[in-house]
Amino acid sequence: MTSGSRRTGLEKTMKTVLLVSALASLLIVLLIFIFTMKGALPAFRELGVWEMLSGTTWRPGNGEFGILAMIAGSGLVTFGAVLIGVPLALGTAVFLSEIAPGWIVKIVRPSIELLAGIPSVVYGLFGMVVLVPLVREIPAPGNAGFGLLSASIVLAVMVLPTIASISEFAIRSVPGGYREGSLALGATKWETVSRVLIPAARPGIISAVVLGLGRALGETIAMIMVIGNSVILPAAITGNPLSIFLSRARTLTGNIAVEISYATGVHESALFATGVVLFVLIMLVNSSAGFLLKRGAR
Amino acid sequence: MNKRNFSQNMAFGMFWLAGIVSVLIMAFVVGYIMVKGLPGISLDFFTTSPRGGLSCDGGIYSTIVTTFYMIVVTLVFATPLGVGTAIYLTEYSSNTDNRVAGRMVSIARFGVDTLAGVPSIIFGLFGYALFVTAMNLGFSILSASLAGACLIIPVIIRTTEEALKAVPAGYREGSLALGANRWETTWKVVLPAALRGISTGILLSAGRIVSETAIFFVTLGGSYRVPHSLMSGGRTMALHVYYLAMETRAFDKAMSTAAVLVALIIIMNLAINMVTNKIAAK
Amino acid sequence: MKRNISTMIFLAGLTLMGACGEPGDGTSAGTESGGIVEISVVGSTTVQPLAELLSESYEAIDPNVLVTVSGGGSSVGVKSAAEQTADIGMASREIKESEIQDCPEIVVHTIARDGIAIVANPDIDVDEITMEQAREIFSGEITDWSEVGGTAGMITVASREEGSGTRSAFEDLVMNDALISEMAILQPSNGAIRTTVATTPGCIAFLSFGYLDSNTKPMAVDGALPTAENVSAGSYPVVRPLNMVTYGEPTGAVAEWLDFIVGEDGQAIVAAEGYIPI
Repeated sequence: MTSGSRRTGLEKTMKTVLLVSALASLLIVLLIFIFTMKGALPAFRELGVWEMLSGTTWRPGNGEFGILAMIAGSGLVTFGAVLIGVPLALGTAVFLSEIAPGWIVKIVRPSIELLAGIPSVVYGLFGMVVLVPLVREIPAPGNAGFGLLSASIVLAVMVLPTIASISEFAIRSVPGGYREGSLALGATKWETVSRVLIPAARPGIISAVVLGLGRALGETIAMIMVIGNSVILPAAITGNPLSIFLSRARTLTGNIAVEISYATGVHESALFATGVVLFVLIMLVNSSAGFLLKRGAR
Repeated sequence: MNKRNFSQNMAFGMFWLAGIVSVLIMAFVVGYIMVKGLPGISLDFFTTSPRGGLSCDGGIYSTIVTTFYMIVVTLVFATPLGVGTAIYLTEYSSNTDNRVAGRMVSIARFGVDTLAGVPSIIFGLFGYALFVTAMNLGFSILSASLAGACLIIPVIIRTTEEALKAVPAGYREGSLALGANRWETTWKVVLPAALRGISTGILLSAGRIVSETAIFFVTLGGSYRVPHSLMSGGRTMALHVYYLAMETRAFDKAMSTAAVLVALIIIMNLAINMVTNKIAAK
Repeated sequence: MKRNISTMIFLAGLTLMGACGEPGDGTSAGTESGGIVEISVVGSTTVQPLAELLSESYEAIDPNVLVTVSGGGSSVGVKSAAEQTADIGMASREIKESEIQDCPEIVVHTIARDGIAIVANPDIDVDEITMEQAREIFSGEITDWSEVGGTAGMITVASREEGSGTRSAFEDLVMNDALISEMAILQPSNGAIRTTVATTPGCIAFLSFGYLDSNTKPMAVDGALPTAENVSAGSYPVVRPLNMVTYGEPTGAVAEWLDFIVGEDGQAIVAAEGYIPI
């Protein structure tokens, strides 16, 4: 009897302990939000939320803390990464799930897993030593190699594994009957892929891309190393509108990492405000991925 | 019919190309780092610490030690929480006989999903504000690993959950039918069966700590000395690559350190794949 | 498992408590544990490499001392000393009025002087500029090398980021009230600035003396080349102090280390690294 009650006691204790640890993640998220918000409040109060979001000048020494240039920088570099990375990632996903023979899958998939594991500082180093000098060869006045193009290429490689592996999973999860049905009706394999499998896997693929977006927005160290870090609204540097990608820029993440150790007072607070904007942006992006997945599941 | 075949061949050619390009990118990045980095590596490189000043002579001994400490301390913080959460979400959510428990599970799930999406620089900012400054822990292994734990808790949760779900329901039913309660079933039956899967999660997390730079950039301080307590600052290998590339011109040393890092990641990935394959074979 | 978890929580709690009780022992004296006195030094990334060398040489003399040097930046250095989270803060600029007001107890020890050189890509054929021209180049008014007597070509300005001690010293000494151009490439470290200047055509930047090497071209300012001799002679104008900051007058191992730095051996290392002894 005593042993029995001790057993029940243990069961109850463990249930509580486990519940507490399960709620720890939420607690951490709340703590992060509270601390970042608390750090950001003085800046928001003193400078105004809208003034910060719409301000294009960031000169802490002068008391100017506009972060629009950084929002644009993060947005553009992410856009560039998606432009380069998504076709490659989706192609690889279809290749892995539908086309590649087993032994090739055994080469390609670990390669992509390895790409996911390579530290971002190594990508940054590679970008500095290999990509920046290459991009510098593009003839345009003021092109120094550091800028959105180098950063977008680095970022495209970094989000490739996320998008490829989730999309592959989504395509594989399409019930086998879809494939067989389509092939039985006389469709070619390509018609099956393009008209049946990809549409059926679309929610999964879209959420893979959106999750890739979230990762891209959050990347820090590799961006600092190749993007040039200038606080300017990126603009085309020649007549060709595409040359906007040769422009230097700064990301929201880079703004925090580069300046946090120097900052005091309102400046420090403005960096926390940058963190809040980044946090909110990424939460929006990630929750839209969850939303799309749920809608697809229905 | 010809046109259909043609577009089929074109499209499949593109897919093959995408697959091959992905592998080539990996081969080029890894190959470049290895070719540039390996010549600078000798036994001395592993056994001596970096020297001060701008010359950056010396090896990476102290950064290996710091990396190891960071892995251990971070896992000590993150593993119990991560595994505990996964157990709660998989083992205790199935019998949601009452509404409160169900509500709890979805609240906890929301927390985990949100945490998984937080970018690492935010963990760094948070760690800097809370551990380094507010709690006065300074730039230290303790501050950095507390912030780093936030990064890997979701990784451990996700892999542990998968491992627990892979344990056949019959194990649980059998144990419960024999009169064991849920905790006893979890502790004595489910966890041992899921141990391999959980260990891949821990390996994966260790890999994340080895690779992470942004968090430690703002919480670890960057001293290149061998740390001697939890309160010492330090420099992990990844952070060392950053300092070498950015502060000095020792690109050769940066490449060599990067080569060691990449080799370590390759070994860890191989280990994970081996464990996973063993699970699949069972 | 239960016992394991509670032991772990207990241990973690213990570490946290032990940690919180540590700082704040009145003056900067270092922290002793097991016969080894540890001195924590935090701050300017410009002073950091020099401090690392000075710590290694000192530890060779007194093996019972361990100096751990961390970066963070000049402001963090002053703040850490003021809040006593570190024994010594490093700053590569003058201490600001506001910082002294926030914590009047801090004591400043100048350990060396550092010149800030204006450097250009080695392919640039301009050897000398005036202070006025430097100001106009860095503020973006002069955008082509032909305007300062060189072969035509676009000037690309590179600079440290806002808040850096090197940048704020450069702004005080050269820029007066002009602002550094927004188009400038910003790099978060001296090393990255040096790489950028060395590899980017038409690039100009400012750099601490300690980082000068053959990959960049130092420019004479108002006729004086950036050399330690010209600084000592007073002809090179862009000079700032490298400071160590303590909370109160230092005692014990901290005082001994600082004495070593300003002494003969320490200053020899300062000179060997390209900085100007005091």
